[in-house]
Amino acid sequence: MSDSILRMRGISKTFPGVRALDDVNLEVLRGEIHAICGENGAGKSTLMKVLSGVYPHGDYDGEITFDGQECRFGGIRDSEHRGIVIIHQELALASNLSIAENIFLGNEQATRGLIDWNRTNAAASELMRRVGLRENPVTQVLDLGVGKQQLVEIAKALSKQVKLLILDEPTAALNDDDSAHLLDLLRGLRDEGITCVIISHKLNEVLDIADRVTILRDGKTITTLDAEGLTENRIISGMVGRDLDHRFPPREPKIGDEVFRVEDWSVHSPTQHGRLLVSGAGFTLHRGEIVGLAGLMGAGRTELAMSIFGRAYGTGISGRIFKDGQEIRLRSVREAIRHGIAYATEDRKKYGLNLIEDIKRNVSAAGLRKLARRGWVDDNEEYRVADTYRKSLNIKAPSVSSITGKLSGGNQQKVVLSKWIFTDPDVLILDEPTRGIDVGAKYEIYTIINRLADEGKAILLISSELPELLGLCDRIYTLSAGRITGEMPRAEATQEGLMTLMTAGQEARP
Amino acid sequence: MSVAPTNADFIVGRPPAVPDDRVPGRRRFQLNLRQSGIYIAFAAIVLLFTILTGGDMLAPQNISNIIVQNSYILILAIGMILVIISGHIDLSVGSIVAATGAVAAVLMVDHNVPWPLALLITLVIGGLIGAWQGYWVAYFGIPAFIVTLAGMLLFRAVTYTILGNRGLGPFPDEVRTLSNGFTASYLGNVGLGALGGADLFSLLVGVVAVAGIVTVQWRSRAGRVRYGQAVEPLPLFVTKIVIAGVVVMFVIIQLARFRNLPWVLVLLAGLVLGYTVLTNRAVFGRQIYAVGGNLQAATLSGVKVKSVVFWIFVNMGVLAALAGIIFAGRLNQANPTGGDQFELDAIAAAFIGGAAVQGGVGKVVGAITGGLIMGVINNGMSLIGAPSEQVMLVKGAVLLAAVAFDVWTKRRAGASR
Repeated sequence: MSDSILRMRGISKTFPGVRALDDVNLEVLRGEIHAICGENGAGKSTLMKVLSGVYPHGDYDGEITFDGQECRFGGIRDSEHRGIVIIHQELALASNLSIAENIFLGNEQATRGLIDWNRTNAAASELMRRVGLRENPVTQVLDLGVGKQQLVEIAKALSKQVKLLILDEPTAALNDDDSAHLLDLLRGLRDEGITCVIISHKLNEVLDIADRVTILRDGKTITTLDAEGLTENRIISGMVGRDLDHRFPPREPKIGDEVFRVEDWSVHSPTQHGRLLVSGAGFTLHRGEIVGLAGLMGAGRTELAMSIFGRAYGTGISGRIFKDGQEIRLRSVREAIRHGIAYATEDRKKYGLNLIEDIKRNVSAAGLRKLARRGWVDDNEEYRVADTYRKSLNIKAPSVSSITGKLSGGNQQKVVLSKWIFTDPDVLILDEPTRGIDVGAKYEIYTIINRLADEGKAILLISSELPELLGLCDRIYTLSAGRITGEMPRAEATQEGLMTLMTAGQEARP
Repeated sequence: MSVAPTNADFIVGRPPAVPDDRVPGRRRFQLNLRQSGIYIAFAAIVLLFTILTGGDMLAPQNISNIIVQNSYILILAIGMILVIISGHIDLSVGSIVAATGAVAAVLMVDHNVPWPLALLITLVIGGLIGAWQGYWVAYFGIPAFIVTLAGMLLFRAVTYTILGNRGLGPFPDEVRTLSNGFTASYLGNVGLGALGGADLFSLLVGVVAVAGIVTVQWRSRAGRVRYGQAVEPLPLFVTKIVIAGVVVMFVIIQLARFRNLPWVLVLLAGLVLGYTVLTNRAVFGRQIYAVGGNLQAATLSGVKVKSVVFWIFVNMGVLAALAGIIFAGRLNQANPTGGDQFELDAIAAAFIGGAAVQGGVGKVVGAITGGLIMGVINNGMSLIGAPSEQVMLVKGAVLLAAVAFDVWTKRRAGASR
């Protein structure tokens, strides 16, 4: 058990102007699950790209020894040939092909140039059984959920006789059930002798599954620790280089009058006819209040929020919305914005930002009319407004003319928040505002949320991270299978209590 | 050319706050090159043909010819760049040029409708054609490629239906003047020493235009400074302004020595100015970029994306009708085969001018420059007597090279992260 399968020594990698990796050392023991933790930009992904040959030998300094031999990979094919397979955060599957075709993509089971479909599908079924994926191998990948797609990726890796499996944020997009299944699977693979390297922001998972943990910070190895007896706070302090006594900034809630109420809200699926996604949901928000909305993936949280936000999602929407006691109708996003409602999406790259444009044009996108007179935009004023947010929200960029696509996740999220704060909303719906953001930036986002509440805005916070809801919210609703299943003040809420309500009534789903 | 709005903040950035977001010096230069590459290429091509033709390229009559011969493609390119920025394409503009030219001819020749009314009706019909296509693209959700491919056939069919197999003309003098004519010698001539006589009015227009460019650029710069924004260094700014002024004055002097200002140049200058301001400063213009850059994000920011796309196609239709009138007026007859493959020239102009296939990127001045590059190649190669297959070969290579350069610089910028 104690011999090492992988040793990376003195790895340095420089991009023009940036030293991404600086003398990094990593030793992975045969048959262990080794976690790598670090803030975004700490160099985790770069290190894995060096290991898997994305950056070929000669592009970096240092040496890699795998399975007793020094490696000089010229590309991914070389590293895969040696049994090193990397599964990226964004899955690389061809969604219009079948499971079996994906598993053997680039490695087709052919006889004399023609694909042997029986052999392909039979071999795929065997691999799918090993990863616990109960589907027909000819099913198209686009019909699978993210969790099952992840399993297809792992089956694909197994088909390549993998010795070292690298997973980059494998559970970021998974719900708790799928995550648990995946982690079980990794334990099973470890018992079969496959070594795993896992990159994750979810520290509870890391502690749950890893045998050892290596912490990176600013492109340097900080330490490698045994997971036995390790605590989240110990990892966090290694990652950020300081003790985080308080992961959540303190706040004195000053809760005012009711500002927003939704009653009997129902939403149908736009793609599957007649399927009810949200059913009779209702909630209230008060000025200066942070209200949490807890629910598993697929519970209908985003569908509820987006349908309220000017019917941006769903069909067959019914229900009533009250703002300051008056019933209002929100038939378009523009009407919602005009009524002081803002919705910051859970997927900032896909739905939140124009990544090819700069910061200032993204900040002004939803409130452009405030900067315009008779249809003409004052771009100096736009610059000033954006620069104000850059300073007050601490967006780390050389100037507001920097392209948003090149910013880190935390800074992109601050741009999204700036955009919505600029519309001067009374009600802010924040959907997973800290997803994929490192610990330091999360704290900043929390501070911003608190500040907005202190200004008298009502916040509806949707989050998959229960500690986050418990740390920030004054009140928490639980949503399960499209229904509100509970409401708790913070003082009474516990993770276990919330989880019970979040899983309540799952079987009743139509 | 250098009146193109430049993103000065890439040339002089503030000291970076964090290493992650640091913009290394080399990439700053590349970004700059990516934006100005098109103008440098244009200058190089003009220089090349000037040498090859022994100076005939820049002769007064030839400059006038280049402008008049390419005017309708440049007008189409202005509409096309907006369509492409929004992430769509329009393959039907050549057929719309023919159809609207036919409509204008029928109105003026067969029915003796007064020319101003006929032009107005033609432009409205162009707008209706655009609205038809915009409806299918924006509200019905059919890809623009399909809708406008169908439109290419439909409106060619309409043209044949209207004209049969004949050309229809001649047009009233006023329409021919707009297409082919020149400003009159309102103020008489002045002597320019060795260059001979030149039209005073044209020269004054040139001086006013240069003064306008200097004033606008200076005020814009002063505004940025007042708001504490980064601006390019003063020597660079002055150099650019001087180059722009010299180029404009050179073209004007050459035109003043020939037959004064072509009316289409006056029209084009107005269109370029108007659409540049529209894309940079108007809420509608900003929304075009937002829609092309990220459709979903624009939708969730309250942009009425369907309406934006619809109006872009209406605008394309109106500009295609304008091009149709000018093209027909120049030939002095509407022709059933007219405007064939104009769409390809307009699309090529937009992409040579720096538009991105994915949408969200592009500038009006870039598209005009792209169109002029093609026009100069056409003109220069015919001056040196190159056969048409060589002209096609060179134009194809230039289009490919321009987009390849764009992709390459983008990849370099991405890889150095």
